[in-house]
Amino acid sequence: MIPAIEVKKVYKHFGSVNALVGIDLEIEQGEFFALLGPNGAGKTTLINILAGLTLPSNGVARIMGHDVVTSYREARRIVGVVPQELVFDPFFSVRETLSIQSGYYGLRNNDAWIDEVICGLGLLNKENANMRTLSGGMKRRVLVAQALVHKPPVIVLDEPTAGVDVELRQSLWYFIKQLNRDGHTIVLTTHYLDEAEALCSRIAMLKQGKIVALDSTRNLINSTNGCLIRLHLSSDTLPLELYPLLESYTEDCFILRVNNYSKIENVLAELRTAQIRVLEMELMQPDLEEVFVKIMGNTEDLESV
Amino acid sequence: MSGFYTLLHKELLRFWKVGLQSIFAPIIATLIYLLIFSHVLEERVEAQPGVAYTTFLIPGLVMMAMLQNAFANSASSLIQSKISGSIVFILLSPLSYMEIFVAYVLASIVRGLLVGVGVYLSTLLFFDVPLQSLLWIFVFALLGNGFLGALGIIAAIWAEKFDQLAAFQNFVILPLTFLSGVFYTIHSLPPFWEDLSQFNPFFYVIDGFRYGFFGVSDISPYFSITIVAICFLTVSWITLLILKSGYKLRQ
Repeated sequence: MIPAIEVKKVYKHFGSVNALVGIDLEIEQGEFFALLGPNGAGKTTLINILAGLTLPSNGVARIMGHDVVTSYREARRIVGVVPQELVFDPFFSVRETLSIQSGYYGLRNNDAWIDEVICGLGLLNKENANMRTLSGGMKRRVLVAQALVHKPPVIVLDEPTAGVDVELRQSLWYFIKQLNRDGHTIVLTTHYLDEAEALCSRIAMLKQGKIVALDSTRNLINSTNGCLIRLHLSSDTLPLELYPLLESYTEDCFILRVNNYSKIENVLAELRTAQIRVLEMELMQPDLEEVFVKIMGNTEDLESV
Repeated sequence: MSGFYTLLHKELLRFWKVGLQSIFAPIIATLIYLLIFSHVLEERVEAQPGVAYTTFLIPGLVMMAMLQNAFANSASSLIQSKISGSIVFILLSPLSYMEIFVAYVLASIVRGLLVGVGVYLSTLLFFDVPLQSLLWIFVFALLGNGFLGALGIIAAIWAEKFDQLAAFQNFVILPLTFLSGVFYTIHSLPPFWEDLSQFNPFFYVIDGFRYGFFGVSDISPYFSITIVAICFLTVSWITLLILKSGYKLRQ
């Protein structure tokens, strides 16, 4: 199967600034994929190259096999991009905006799908309002709707939930998940790592224009060493044998790191021998944030060497 | 192809929705020029033999209004969407650079023609203007508006702020139109200025356009139409190259 997105040795320089340094990436059709990284890592530059808003200095990017530079018309028909900046055309209403956008793709009589998008994104009672009069959240919904107006097989969302309220976030993801189930490939960037963790099957982490991690969400989370247990004990000291496992002590609780959950039995055994009772115990799942912080930190060390 | 029609339709709607400012206002402004100049100069000047000054002035003013509005249309549409960022919706679409070019230029031509026709028809209420050849009039109007529409695209792509575009408009377009023989025949100028005027492409647009009304012009309309066509094609070619390269639009 042709990959939905294929990026090969893509470089981008803005003057002396290297925004992207040799990006290689393949995203399969039907994936729900996250691009993560701190501000300035190159996520938006990469997305802009896929969208044709920025030309790569070097390398090739293809969408469903169509080169974004040489076959730009085919590539742009297949991809729908939600830009990060909140932009709108002040001359038109929501529905006019959407039918104009649809027209750019050569689609006439697209009203049934436009209705579905308007409903799905909760824009129904604003469809005849002028874009100028909408709140920020509503404008964001229209931006998403504009990207979906030609029913693109590949949907790219650049921080779609930045500064957006809970309700929209939920309805947006509900709608996007549905599209993903229908076979659309979804690529998103976000700073909310819990969103990426909950939605995406695979993740690439970018830092300073390079991919520093690329794996399934599960593998990335499992890559943290061991797991954490939080213990509230009858004693405020820990048996000596357990001190090497101590990660931190907060709010009367000891947080211990063990290699895997089977080691918990050993910890409990030590506590019994020392005649300390466990008042409360919590197993703490490793999460993406921990992995993210670790990976971003690690590569920093590498570079400073 | 229908993507192109959508963009053209949108560009037409854009100025139509603000018609008071984009069509009606320039018509009024041009009529005021006409009333003032004709009042002051009618008795004293005969521009061309047998042609009263006011009659001579009308085609020039019509063309001046068209040129300025054709330029303003593509330029202001592009700079607004560039600065507001909404140009992204066109850049994300599969529209080719040729379609983008033609849509913007055609919208400029339509606005120019609407203003021109508006000015001409309203002058008929007060003055009698002959009309020798509709064909010459139409061809010069078409090419002149197209030329300025394309120039407007270049200016708006180049300009990064509104004041840079205004500078282009005030320091290039305005002097070139005012000094192109709108208000006088260049034969009335001192030799140095007469020679210099021949390097002003707008002079040929206006002189040829005027020929369509009176059958008289400073130079041959065939020569003028050649110059104007070359200008239009050259500027169009440069605009297409700029659009294709993504200069300042797809960095």
